[in-house]
Amino acid sequence: MRTLYDKIWERHIVVPETADTPAVLYIDLHLAHEVTSPQAFAVLREQGLKVHRPDLTLATMDHSTPTRTEQVFGGAPITVESAAAQIEQLEKNCAEFGIELLNLRHAERGIVHIIGPELGLTQPGKTVVCGDSHTSTHGAFGALAFGIGTTEVGHVLATQCLLQRKAKNFAINVTGRLPAGVSAKDMILSIIGQIGVGGGTGHVLEYRGPAVAALNMEERMTVCNMSIEAGARAGLIAPDETTYEYLRGRTRAPQGRAWEQALAQWRALPGDAGARFDCEVTIDGGRLEPMISYGTNPGMVMPIRGNIPERSGDPAFDKALAYMGLRAGEPIRDQAVNVVFIGSCTNGRLSDLRSAAALLRGHKVARGVHLLVVPGSQSVKHAAEAEGLDRIFIEAGAEWRESGCSMCIGMNGDNVAAGQYSVSTSNRNFEGRQGPGARTLLASPQTAAASAVRGRVTDPRELLAG
Amino acid sequence: MERINLIRSRTVVLPSTNIDTDQIIPARFLRATTRQGFGQRLFADWRFDASGAPRPDFVLNRPEAAGCQVLVGGRNFGCGSSREHAPWALLDYGFRAVISEQIADIFSSNSLKNGLLPIVVDATTANWLIAHPGVEVQIDLQACTLTLPEGVTVRFPIEGFARYCLLNGIDELGFLRSQEVKIRAFEQARP
Repeated sequence: MRTLYDKIWERHIVVPETADTPAVLYIDLHLAHEVTSPQAFAVLREQGLKVHRPDLTLATMDHSTPTRTEQVFGGAPITVESAAAQIEQLEKNCAEFGIELLNLRHAERGIVHIIGPELGLTQPGKTVVCGDSHTSTHGAFGALAFGIGTTEVGHVLATQCLLQRKAKNFAINVTGRLPAGVSAKDMILSIIGQIGVGGGTGHVLEYRGPAVAALNMEERMTVCNMSIEAGARAGLIAPDETTYEYLRGRTRAPQGRAWEQALAQWRALPGDAGARFDCEVTIDGGRLEPMISYGTNPGMVMPIRGNIPERSGDPAFDKALAYMGLRAGEPIRDQAVNVVFIGSCTNGRLSDLRSAAALLRGHKVARGVHLLVVPGSQSVKHAAEAEGLDRIFIEAGAEWRESGCSMCIGMNGDNVAAGQYSVSTSNRNFEGRQGPGARTLLASPQTAAASAVRGRVTDPRELLAG
Repeated sequence: MERINLIRSRTVVLPSTNIDTDQIIPARFLRATTRQGFGQRLFADWRFDASGAPRPDFVLNRPEAAGCQVLVGGRNFGCGSSREHAPWALLDYGFRAVISEQIADIFSSNSLKNGLLPIVVDATTANWLIAHPGVEVQIDLQACTLTLPEGVTVRFPIEGFARYCLLNGIDELGFLRSQEVKIRAFEQARP
């Protein structure tokens, strides 16, 4: 009796683990970007090594890249000089080592975790790594996907393998059906709130149950994306017809006979009935509500209609609230908002933009609120423009940008100013994450859009109800 | 890679739980293409105010922190981003070990690959260390022991192969490369 994780793990063992040595694990897909790869390429160069399988690495640029059209396409200088140097270095490294690069102006460029699935490269049963902790996103396809450090990026480049100890299995069962106005983002924020930011440490999470099976692929990616925010090594959802339908016909997915063969393999991946998990929690999906964060880590979340919890004698809790300028025991609804960010590898896909646009249509962003909408990839951007979503955002008073990580990580100059409140669809509300002193409230695209319209933290169901 | 065996040092304590790698090294300092120099940005937003002046009340800015090689952190140290710049910054600043009740997986893995020891101890030991900043401790990697003042010794877990590499100054990449025949055989056996 094996879990999905057990099966993927076993299929990739080059050398089994022993008491003395970790397993040598084969990696099927490596995604690289400009921020965590330069020092790895430098090691290859110093040691005179080649890339073992250049065909299994795809590089793109997303973290420190500009989102202003004139800087991406118009020939205007990239204002952040050190970012320009990283971009240039990645181009050099890819050319020298024979790696395919979707560069700044490429029509298929975007956030690594958006483009892997979009191209059909992310597939069930694969091992996927990237020098980025949100690699867990790809687990939505039943791929074992996890973030690695730069030294390990070098290991993968040089050998296509990693030294790994097997993690434990952790089942997250979500029963029932999500109520209207409650999104996949609310589901994962609730899960992290329940198990805690360290609750998944040493484990691979498998999200299961009817509320998970009912999610489409983009929603599943939102859930798996934030597995790392619970400290988990990876997050998985068993592949099913929804997965196969998403992948069918994508440019880099198997085609023709190869597709049929792949499908047969994928169907054998889901865990055996009765497979044992080391840890298990069950959440009633039917009782979930729109969630929002109030503190400085993604476990500090609450239902949007609730009151900020009180926790006496916890200095870290007090420090977080002091940073946020919020008070225990008080509601968060109607907290004034300065910035709203819609985008990131968590919520920068087409369905996210659609659900935000549905709330913004016919509305204006409240006076004094800056709404920034950054599609997760150029393909998402073009698809959104083809259906007129960009017009809805622009007419509401938003800025519509080129794709990238942007204000989720604030490396490219897209920042929130000190002391300002930002309702953000991204994944981290750490101190300073969106800029020094910035106060981030994590929420769904619907909550972000509703809060932009009212200029205050707003339950999206109020606007959905008309 | 330098060999590591014994570390003897006074501790610096950051009692907060869930210290994430964005605090250890903020993202705006990751726009570099080399590994050097991150120590000056370590805990940048906790160490310095907006004008760049040191915050006198932050523990690393106090005179007793000078020369300390062991950092004691609250539970779930190093959570969040996978940036290896976090252990690079800690090492560059002069730390050689981090002690906590729980250390995040990716941070721990990254630390081991650079010679920063991630030492996980039980809650009682962690709480004692947090309550007694500045005590002299000894970490013995060969014996996997942490010795507190007055000779109290606790054992700590550490992944066996990483320990072997650190004790002998061996680079894990060398070991992986020595598996090349097996890697090629694996590739050929796949459909």
